[in-house]
Amino acid sequence: MSDVAIRLEGLGKAYRISGRNNADPRIRYGSLRDSLAGVFRRSPKLTAAGEAADLFWALKGVSCEVKHGEIIGVIGRNGAGKSTLLKIISRITEPTEGLGEVHGRIGSLLEVGTGFHPELTGRENILLNGTILGMKRAEVLRKFDEIVAFAEIERFLDTPVKRYSSGMYVRLAFAVAVHLEPEILVVDEVLAVGDAEFQRKCLDKLRAIGGDGRTILLVSHNMSAIRAICQRGIVLHRGRIVAEGNVNKVADDYLAGALGTEHSDRAVETGSFAVEDISIRSLDGPVIKTFDPVEIVVEVTARADIQDPALYVAILGADHQRMAGLDSKDFRTFPPLRRGERATMGFHIDQFPFLPGAWHLDIQVGDGAEFVYESVGPPFGFDVVATPVYGGRQIEGLHGQVGLKAHAITAAD
Amino acid sequence: MLTNPGLTRCILNKRQLATHQHPVVLLRPPGRFTRLNLGDLWEYRDLLYFLVWRDIKVRYKQTALGAAWAILQPLLTMIVFSVFFGRLAKVPSDGIPYPVFTYAALLPWQLFAYAMTEAGNSLVGSQNLITKVYFPRLVIPVAAVLGGLVDFGVSFVVLLLLMIGYGITPTIAVLTIPLFIVLAIATALAVGLWLAALNVKYRDVRYTIPFLTQFWLFLTPVAYSSSLVPAKWRAIYGLNPMAGVVEGFRWALLGRKEAPGLMLAVSVIIVAALLTGGLYYFRRTEASFADTI
Repeated sequence: MSDVAIRLEGLGKAYRISGRNNADPRIRYGSLRDSLAGVFRRSPKLTAAGEAADLFWALKGVSCEVKHGEIIGVIGRNGAGKSTLLKIISRITEPTEGLGEVHGRIGSLLEVGTGFHPELTGRENILLNGTILGMKRAEVLRKFDEIVAFAEIERFLDTPVKRYSSGMYVRLAFAVAVHLEPEILVVDEVLAVGDAEFQRKCLDKLRAIGGDGRTILLVSHNMSAIRAICQRGIVLHRGRIVAEGNVNKVADDYLAGALGTEHSDRAVETGSFAVEDISIRSLDGPVIKTFDPVEIVVEVTARADIQDPALYVAILGADHQRMAGLDSKDFRTFPPLRRGERATMGFHIDQFPFLPGAWHLDIQVGDGAEFVYESVGPPFGFDVVATPVYGGRQIEGLHGQVGLKAHAITAAD
Repeated sequence: MLTNPGLTRCILNKRQLATHQHPVVLLRPPGRFTRLNLGDLWEYRDLLYFLVWRDIKVRYKQTALGAAWAILQPLLTMIVFSVFFGRLAKVPSDGIPYPVFTYAALLPWQLFAYAMTEAGNSLVGSQNLITKVYFPRLVIPVAAVLGGLVDFGVSFVVLLLLMIGYGITPTIAVLTIPLFIVLAIATALAVGLWLAALNVKYRDVRYTIPFLTQFWLFLTPVAYSSSLVPAKWRAIYGLNPMAGVVEGFRWALLGRKEAPGLMLAVSVIIVAALLTGGLYYFRRTEASFADTI
């Protein structure tokens, strides 16, 4: 037996753009009335070009191979074809062209709570939902207690789920789904549910499933989840695979492309300097991550003779409160500048401490000898990209602004 | 993979996985030939069971009368028919008391009408399942059809009480009842499959179903006897499979003299043809349900 779990060759899926509601481009259907009318009167045929223009290729020429035991993250913007790909792999829809092979029992989790019936109790919905997701009845019964414990709904097992809080509902739905243990698991953007604590539980469970040598295909916009769980990443853009490889590398490149470079593109003039460029970059990759070594560099031209050039950099939070500041005078003196001379000033930060999110730089330049610092325009924004700072848990600002290099200890250590 | 710290465990597990053969599923564009492949219906029998169970459980939830509705519907219809057709219009009932005569026909008719309606609307009603999970779509209309059997069972008890009340003892022919139930179910499924698959594409079907049910009721000998139809036309009358089912029911339960043989034969052939066609049409179109619905 080969160890290939999924092999795709030139897979494509086209949808019609026009209102006609048949997705299969080779069959032309309209409303029943149109079809009946068409028997008597030929409706104007589309030309080949018109026909092609009417098609939207949600996926085109997708080829890849996934081995058993691999955990793959599928990355891409909305509309890049991620969900379509998962739907084809899980047989919900058929491709328009190309071929695919899936070796092994596949379970797909494209939505939390598919098939839940509000009138039925938690107990009944576990059985129903489990079989809908492809488990056998005996299998659901065997895992029943585990599912209930995972969802933490013991007391409400015999309450109709329409009386559940939305948190309970989601927990139960997810609990059933993660106990589905097929050889290949396809998961679409379902990690975005529940509170932070429950999300961590779900991530751990997914990781455990992966650790069992099962294959997982995961779509998520939550980059830290993808980085925490997956080994390999695939980037889809407009229905095509544009990058594939180590998940961290692929995710960094994707984010760098999506965010643009962290350069201010304005040339700004203050009284004594013309600022050509401001940049902030990580020395570890194309995007800035918490604890990366980071350099902030400002390129200037002196507009007058400067005795003691100095640089002040403040890092501001989302609402522009000052989180940290660095003054070059605290570290060293820069050589004096003549009028018209170019210079580069900057800081190297060993471990950039701020958590994933949106941040701003406030830059001031001046002459230290005269104690005059001038602000360089409005603060300049940059992003610290989502990474699993604390082992894969999505933090969402629950833990403040700053990451700490830490580990948990106990007396037994 | 090589950087995975759990490498050895992975390999072990891979070996375990390798010991049993993985089923291979091919993903490819819809082909020109359609295979019925009813085997996967069996594969998904647990799902079928739970969908039927869900429909039954949920049907009379939050109703004041609950399962009494299963009895009330045929009972009230029977009373109206008895008053207007039996008493006022004096429709002949082959020597059987009119209430029993029409109730025995209403049972399979309502089973059929309910099952066909439910099946016809079943796919559209299960939109969220179809676009999010894979399973043989055939499970949905089949479950919808089978869900009608419980109501049928409940109202069947009422028929037995009526028969006792009117002192009617069935002959040995009563043993053929299951066959007629199967025929009624098969008819509902045959029509329901066509309707369900067409409904995905043309929502016109939803508005067609109530009319269809109404017309079909007039074409079926529920309120009257098929003996009103001239003998030479009876075989043609059998083209309506429900005519065969309803007369079969009366024959099996109420001890009418002659079996509706020829009419029944025509009905069976028609249902077989409709059902095969429906299954093929359903299978052929099911791949695009998720895109079209």
